[in-house]
Amino acid sequence: MSGAPIFGLTGAALVGLGLFGLLVQAAVLRKILAFNLLGAGVFLLFGVVAQRGGTAGGGADAVPQAMVITGLVVAFAATALAVVVALRMHQITGAATISESDGAEPGGSDAA
Amino acid sequence: MSPATPGGSLLVLALILPVAAMLVAFVLGGRAAERLALAALGLGALLAMLVAAAVYRAGAPLAYAVGGWAPPLGLALRADGVTAAMLLTAALVLLAVALFGRTGHATPPGLAEARAPFAFWCFLLALSAALAAAFLGGDLFNLFVALEMLTFAALALACLEGKPSQFRSELRYLLFALIGSVLYLLGTVLLYGGYGTLDIALLAGRARADAPTLLAAALMTAGLAAKMALFPLHLWLPPAHAGAPPAASAVLSGLVVKASFVLLLRLWFWVMPPLAAAAAAPLLAALGAAAILAGSLVALRQARLKLLVAYSTVAQIGYLFLMFPLALAGDAEVAARAWLGGILQASSHAFAKAAMFLAAGLIAGALGHDRIAALGGAGRAVPVCVVAFGLAGLSLMGIPPSGGFTAKWLLLTSAVATGQWWWALVIVGGGVLTGGYVYRVLAGSLTAPPVTDAPIGDAPLPAAASRGPQLVALALALVSVGLGLLPLASFGLVQVGRLGAAP
Repeated sequence: MSGAPIFGLTGAALVGLGLFGLLVQAAVLRKILAFNLLGAGVFLLFGVVAQRGGTAGGGADAVPQAMVITGLVVAFAATALAVVVALRMHQITGAATISESDGAEPGGSDAA
Repeated sequence: MSPATPGGSLLVLALILPVAAMLVAFVLGGRAAERLALAALGLGALLAMLVAAAVYRAGAPLAYAVGGWAPPLGLALRADGVTAAMLLTAALVLLAVALFGRTGHATPPGLAEARAPFAFWCFLLALSAALAAAFLGGDLFNLFVALEMLTFAALALACLEGKPSQFRSELRYLLFALIGSVLYLLGTVLLYGGYGTLDIALLAGRARADAPTLLAAALMTAGLAAKMALFPLHLWLPPAHAGAPPAASAVLSGLVVKASFVLLLRLWFWVMPPLAAAAAAPLLAALGAAAILAGSLVALRQARLKLLVAYSTVAQIGYLFLMFPLALAGDAEVAARAWLGGILQASSHAFAKAAMFLAAGLIAGALGHDRIAALGGAGRAVPVCVVAFGLAGLSLMGIPPSGGFTAKWLLLTSAVATGQWWWALVIVGGGVLTGGYVYRVLAGSLTAPPVTDAPIGDAPLPAAASRGPQLVALALALVSVGLGLLPLASFGLVQVGRLGAAP
């Protein structure tokens, strides 16, 4: 029971750190890592909710835990996809960031 | 709350058909994937019509409890009027895009099967499955999974060509979408913590306007707005949608953003208590109004055709948000009109924007570029495309008779009837600006091709595109216009299941 505030605060801190990283970091890989941090924070909050729901009826609430597992799979798939796209971008253009300032102009194909 | 209604198995079929087709196509590969996708999307359109007919006949939402488990423990699939209308729109647009893709993504006989066409058909089916899941889902967490599936399928379609310019914009799209879904997920945690369920029908009426619920709604709205590219979170959309291949742009702009829109409707009209929703609605509409004006103004100044069409999407999405204060503020009749206006805008924009992107892709293909300043001769090379672009433009402007006109007229009259005349000004102003950028394209395409001094053999003469894809674009534009010819009473479907509507 006394663990809940600690876990809750940790989750909130992870969410904050992840959001900060996503907004501030320029490198794509760092953004992807920050997204994972953010996801970890949200999943920790799911755990807190499960524990709180459990104290009323004895034992932990299983539904949020099932959601966390689903969410982990989705986050894993998202990370894999993002890393693949980032890798391809690096291989083809040599760029490791998605800032507007450098590289080719986005959009508008020259020839379809 | 009845867990399952007659006709509920239709909903399961609408979801399973594209999933099964995708898996089988993935195993069979190449040529079979194309045939399978066309068959599955054709059947999907038929199923969507059956669902719409069943909802209309029953006059009440269809529901199905997956595995026989009733919510809150189980997951429900539900189809009310909005679901049926959007499902039908999505099925028809996807079928049209598949027919369009037969030329660009075919595997000609005698040639080895390549990866790109194979991926196109598989991901088109995946996108169809994700859209069905997003429209049918009755559980907020389930909808999160559907939105993620949708993002993955859409991203894969957009990156299909593997051009260097695509990666940067599509990666930015992916990151925006991921931030959006994590914020949405954070909101669902808070809602689950407060109410112990994420089922939309169970949350409706239970949700209180306390701090955690409002915070959850704010997080979810911000997340969905990022996915929908609502002003000021719109910067990722134009390069991402314009950089994708034409078939992908059409589904991205026409359909993918609408899934988040339906979810936003569920959040504010079903889950949240009306008082809280009425307080938040003007803010959403103000952002929508800003999107209309900013998106249209920037579209006017674009030098590239596809970017112009993409900025027009930013503007047209803004109209969707105008329905929030109108459908919540007025009396029952005005609310029903505003509601219909919003849904009709979503549907007619899907058809019109898909037609526009397909036409823009064909024009760019015929001329070898998509610079608006040098569109001359397009009217001669691909006349059907230019007509399709113009008709779709009429619908976006709101010129009668067209689906866009009916939608905007309903929103406009609701704005006047509820005394919120400032939204009416925005609607009219947005229409004028839309007219401006559509005129730029049409005027450019109808001029004579530029005279070059180069010998005739060297001059890049516009190549005539094949007829099939042009007709697909025209058909989509005609549907968008044709929606305006139907009598208003025939749209009773979209009112089915709306909370607060007369039973």
